[in-house]
Amino acid sequence: MAASLEEEEWTTLMRAATAGDERAYRRFLILVTPRLRAMVRSNRAGFHISAADAEDVVQEVLLTIHLKRGTWDSSRPIGPWLSAIARNKLIDSWRRRGRHSYVPIDDVIDTLPVEEPSGGCAEQDLDFLLRELKPQQQDIVRSISMKGCGIRETANRLGMTEGAVRVSLHRALKALAILYKAKSS
Amino acid sequence: MSTDNLIELLVADGSSCRSFQARFRSMAACAVTFVALAFFLEVGLRHDFSQAIRSGWFLYKVFAMLALAVISTGATRCAGNPHGDIGRWMPAYAGVLISLAGAVALKLLITPQSEWFTQLVGHDAWRCMTLIPLLSIGPLACLLLALRQGAPARPSLAGALAGLGASSIAATFYAANCTDDSPLFVLTWFSVPMILLAATGYLFGRRLLDW
Repeated sequence: MAASLEEEEWTTLMRAATAGDERAYRRFLILVTPRLRAMVRSNRAGFHISAADAEDVVQEVLLTIHLKRGTWDSSRPIGPWLSAIARNKLIDSWRRRGRHSYVPIDDVIDTLPVEEPSGGCAEQDLDFLLRELKPQQQDIVRSISMKGCGIRETANRLGMTEGAVRVSLHRALKALAILYKAKSS
Repeated sequence: MSTDNLIELLVADGSSCRSFQARFRSMAACAVTFVALAFFLEVGLRHDFSQAIRSGWFLYKVFAMLALAVISTGATRCAGNPHGDIGRWMPAYAGVLISLAGAVALKLLITPQSEWFTQLVGHDAWRCMTLIPLLSIGPLACLLLALRQGAPARPSLAGALAGLGASSIAATFYAANCTDDSPLFVLTWFSVPMILLAATGYLFGRRLLDW
């Protein structure tokens, strides 16, 4: 399968990201999200995912991409890796619903993009899971994600060192992945 | 939380990260160090080691186990990836199995039938079946920890391969202590702890390696 131009761009961005370029990483995540969303939506019926849950799956896939980015071999194109991660999470959410049908899914890059973004106001699974984190982790996550504060600003506001905020944020993300998983069993 | 907000959160956590390959290599090195330490502190080489290394059957035993250890560790690393293709390791496994079968056949040909049973039973099969699993505990823990950093497409299979890898690392060292060199003995008694460890890894994999 020839890698599309788009996939080549993702690969280049992700290579820069793993080398420490955070702007490239943001751009990569922003570019990949509509494709993931399209893939989840087009496979929704087969995996028994309701329209309301589709964005939850997208978010879980993004979190997994982030936590497992070390398993991508940077000498290879990123498309197949993304597909494998997304497929795993689709199967997870399908298991969560306890169904026993199987519908093969297409590669991420073979799916048509869907333009409309998600509704920003609806409560996502993530918001419920967030409440199970430690209060301090919740503060940090809300400060960075919703209030748009950086690490330094958050550290100042909460009277913590930047290092402590980073460690706590990383633990919070790992805990969220485990909470998603716990929801499925 | 909107997806855009989540992306900001992920970016704030940092984009760089140590590759799974690099982490796995360090943990595999830990696994080997673990066994080497336990082996040289508690078990040691066999007393006639200097003569044994001149025996083809002894060398074959050690190298067969070493080959299995290298193949299984490689296959375990491969299984730690979300789209790891373990199938490409199968010819290597088949190669080792064929060579073992060949060695057994050769040994049977050159040994009088009356000695077959003695060679099969060996001197200390029990020691082999207890020491290999004991030496495998440390490396199995190392390989499972390494796999937890990965994203195995099939967690139980990855766990089973880790069990096989850990026990073959242990068996490579133990082979230098064991005084039974006949491939008849090796095939029979070394395989028991290996299967046991693979089964243990399988069960742990299902519980610990889901992501």
